[in-house]
Amino acid sequence: MLTIGLMHYLVVAAVLLCGGIFVMATKRNAIGILMGVELVLNSANVNLIAFDRYLCRAGIDGQILALFVIVLAAAEAAIAVAICVNFYRVLATIDVDRATKLQG
Amino acid sequence: MGNQEGGTSKPRRGGVSKPRPGGMPKPKAPACCGMGPLAPQRAWRRCACPCHPGAHRRVAAVVLALAVTLAGTGGVAMAAGETAGVVRGEQPGLLEAVLFYLVATGVVISVLGICLSRSVVRMAVWLFVTLGLVALLYFLLAATFLGAIQLIVYVGGTLVLLVFGVMLTSRSPWARYNCRAWELYGAGVVCLVLLVSLCLLLGRAEWVGTQATTPGVPVARIGEVLLSKYVLPFEAAGVLLFIVMVGAAHLARDTKK
Repeated sequence: MLTIGLMHYLVVAAVLLCGGIFVMATKRNAIGILMGVELVLNSANVNLIAFDRYLCRAGIDGQILALFVIVLAAAEAAIAVAICVNFYRVLATIDVDRATKLQG
Repeated sequence: MGNQEGGTSKPRRGGVSKPRPGGMPKPKAPACCGMGPLAPQRAWRRCACPCHPGAHRRVAAVVLALAVTLAGTGGVAMAAGETAGVVRGEQPGLLEAVLFYLVATGVVISVLGICLSRSVVRMAVWLFVTLGLVALLYFLLAATFLGAIQLIVYVGGTLVLLVFGVMLTSRSPWARYNCRAWELYGAGVVCLVLLVSLCLLLGRAEWVGTQATTPGVPVARIGEVLLSKYVLPFEAAGVLLFIVMVGAAHLARDTKK
């Protein structure tokens, strides 16, 4: 119990994953959904770094992969916020249930 | 799952509550009522004294305090992560275990905070806590470079971008978009089932050769690998970031002009 192993980190990542899925399922605000996506990506990162630490011999590939995930998450957040701003300009709300037509 | 967090509280607006014109006698220089700046807002809403900060300043103060706490814990966690690889061979790292359980408890609490808070600003504050604690987990895993990158890029960049998005896309930052109750309960049940089944699955899994013997990789090694073995994904990430920059500027421009 006192020796922290791989399993402990994986359980924390599972909590992050389930919280992110819950946020994505229940929030109507587009930015809130984006926050859920960030949580899921963070859980993947914790998994990657924990596997890298405990299972990988050289111990660097997982960190590089997590680095790329962080870069992709930043890019995705930038594009998504731009889309949300555009969405708000068209519909004057960012309730995702209002987005019912294409080319509004 | 509980939905009671914001059930009774009204949407708050920033700023000191104004003295009503005909109500209470208005002194020239109102003395402070003695309640501290962190007293609950309902206690000083009726009070006319000018010493209470607005809601946004309260949020900023809380964020600052959390940042200082996170930075302090991060230093200890980084030291523990650095030494953990060395000490682990002889004795189980007690400091590492205590820090891990503290950080894990904080992660669970802040994820619950994100799930249960209704306003986006509160979600952003809880997300700030979660991302900082995940950076502490990276420090504990002896991935100090990744922890620093997480703090700089995620907490300093992506989260600020999200807060800007909140600011640009709502008339009132405390606006709420509620979903139906059955959706809330359904999502809660599904996520709980997923979590329990994941934990059961993890309990049954057997990993080959699980011991952390390496005392963490130096940052120079990451740079070398990034520019030799992973040079193609590195360049692709650069191209992607360029495209994203152009695309975001194009998407968010004002089309009326």
